[in-house]
Amino acid sequence: MATSLARLHRIDPLGALVAAVGAAALLWLPFVLFKSNRILPGDAHSLMQVLPTSAALACQLSLILIALVALGIADARVRLAAALVGVIVVAAAVASAANLLTPAGNKVVRVAPGSGFWLLLVALGLMATDAITRLRPRPRPAVRVLMLALFVAVAGAALAHGSFDNLSVMREYAVNAGRFAHEARQHVWLALGSLAAAIVVALPLGILCHRVPQLRASVLGALNVIQTIPAIALYGILMAPLGALAAALPLAARLGIRGIGTAPAVLALFLYSLLPVVANTVAGLKRVSPAAVEAARGMGMTRWQILTGVELVLALPTILTGIRIVLVQNIGLVTVAALIGGGGLGVFVFQGIGQTAIDLVLLGAIPTVALAFSAAVLLDALIDTINRTRQ
Amino acid sequence: MISIDNLSKQYGSSTVVDGVSMVIERNSISVIVGTSGSGKSTLLRMINRLVEPSSGRVLIDGTDTAGEPAHLLRRRIGYAIQGNGLFPHRTVAENIATVPRLLGWDDTRVRARVVQLLTVFQLDPGEFAEKFPHQLSGGQQQRVGVARALAAEPAVLLMDEPFGALDPIIRAKAQDDLLDIQRRFGTTIVLVTHDMDEAFRLGSRVAVMSRGHVLQYDRPAALITRPADPFVSQMTGMADRAMRLLSLTSAGEAAIPGASGGPAIAASASLRDALSELVWRGADSIAVVDGDGTPRGRLTVAAILAHGRPG
Repeated sequence: MATSLARLHRIDPLGALVAAVGAAALLWLPFVLFKSNRILPGDAHSLMQVLPTSAALACQLSLILIALVALGIADARVRLAAALVGVIVVAAAVASAANLLTPAGNKVVRVAPGSGFWLLLVALGLMATDAITRLRPRPRPAVRVLMLALFVAVAGAALAHGSFDNLSVMREYAVNAGRFAHEARQHVWLALGSLAAAIVVALPLGILCHRVPQLRASVLGALNVIQTIPAIALYGILMAPLGALAAALPLAARLGIRGIGTAPAVLALFLYSLLPVVANTVAGLKRVSPAAVEAARGMGMTRWQILTGVELVLALPTILTGIRIVLVQNIGLVTVAALIGGGGLGVFVFQGIGQTAIDLVLLGAIPTVALAFSAAVLLDALIDTINRTRQ
Repeated sequence: MISIDNLSKQYGSSTVVDGVSMVIERNSISVIVGTSGSGKSTLLRMINRLVEPSSGRVLIDGTDTAGEPAHLLRRRIGYAIQGNGLFPHRTVAENIATVPRLLGWDDTRVRARVVQLLTVFQLDPGEFAEKFPHQLSGGQQQRVGVARALAAEPAVLLMDEPFGALDPIIRAKAQDDLLDIQRRFGTTIVLVTHDMDEAFRLGSRVAVMSRGHVLQYDRPAALITRPADPFVSQMTGMADRAMRLLSLTSAGEAAIPGASGGPAIAASASLRDALSELVWRGADSIAVVDGDGTPRGRLTVAAILAHGRPG
């Protein structure tokens, strides 16, 4: 009794959750949906139903082993490896399910990943991120970037090889390939362009707020108000003045400044980007050791030298944290810009919603999530690199 | 030589430094001591114009400091503060090189100076040059702070409570090091502290400040034997003033001719230490020797006590 209690005590709580979610997904939820065309609701199929028995059993056995690792093995490296193997197993299963269910040469039927697949992916993702945070020593920033690159390379190679071509999302991609590249570029451009413009304005504004404390409350307050306006409402608010501007100034219109399109999208994203960068610049400068600034002044550094050589350098990690927030936030918000003709991957999301074609929605949503995730990993690695040299 | 001439600083209606005049001799350590809020830091910071005086002048070697841009003035004057103010993102070598770089020294000269200073401050250049400040102990950081202040060979070094953050043993060592450094480089040092023991230990002259005024600026012994103000006596301490006085004279200075048995005391030790030794041994006299062991004479209890009262 005592030993079984002790053993129970050693069961990893998060592992238990991961195993329970995975088991439920595998037992009760459809692994794939088979639809006779892209907008009809599909028939649910479980893993056992679509894969040959031996393959399905192998697949389930490996998932059970991974669940056991999640429940009982504490070593974070083993847990991470198990979770990644699980992702590969589940991805391979869904790809072969699509290949098996699609009659050769048929371009009309759709095989979409089912809720069981998505839930398995969530459980494995949870296990992997938890394992990464448990790794000791923490992986060096370069290693984390390398892991991301490896992941992108493997996924890219599988996509390029055509392993997932029979999957519904890739069917939508095949139809939209030309537009996809264009909208993806537009998406990145909108997110990065508005961020760059925001940094150019927010950094000096943050420095000013630091130097003039009376200004701080009002500037941050005003930016806070902007932050509370929902994205769609802000696009709407900007439509009228920009439209009027375009009507009054033909030059502005020729430069692309109009009530709808790229201009209001960039402007809205720019406005949203200001608060995190200004607030983090102020916070970063505030944290700089007063003794270091005093010593710098006492040794005869000019105000400009102190600002650029001491204050901003020391505040850099905090400022970059603000920039990270903005970049991830922008990559998400750009999606909404499609509503006012701003383009970006949101185009597919809203078209998909309009056509009740969930696969088209995913064609916009999955790359957006991947972009945001990669941006977060890259900037976190950069911030960590800076912090490591100074502790 | 630094001449402070009727220097005042007002913030609004409050006067922090009020008409201070004093002359700081070249090649000496002057200590400004006072309670917090006495204006001692403000007075110090007016010398390198971190605080601009409201009225009065500061002359360094006869030249008015108001005549050149403040940041250029500060590059000629060393400055070390409590908590050292090292740049956490720069290595020890880069920290020390700050002012030489500002002055545009070439790389070879900067490197040579960094190595020289690290060696003087007993920090092995090979081990410490590329370290970051957070990798050093408090005492090592403080030494780097002073080394940085001396990097561009300033004739004047200003120090604002430089040892305030150190524990007593490391502080005593840092004070001894500073005396060595001063002798070695011949720097004119002005140091601010609230610690009277530190003032007596370091200062060839000590200025006692209260409420913006310098009450007395004199040799340490004179502050005890001829206090100009009751506050000065209060600061120097009435109860142990005899012992303090003894601690200001070395055994070598006070030695009288003759010999004595038993272990000898070093000529550099203070009379206070010599007396303590005699009390401990229950002896009446003690031999005094130089650092190399040459006899310098002896000390008797009576001879020591004669130094412990106004003469």
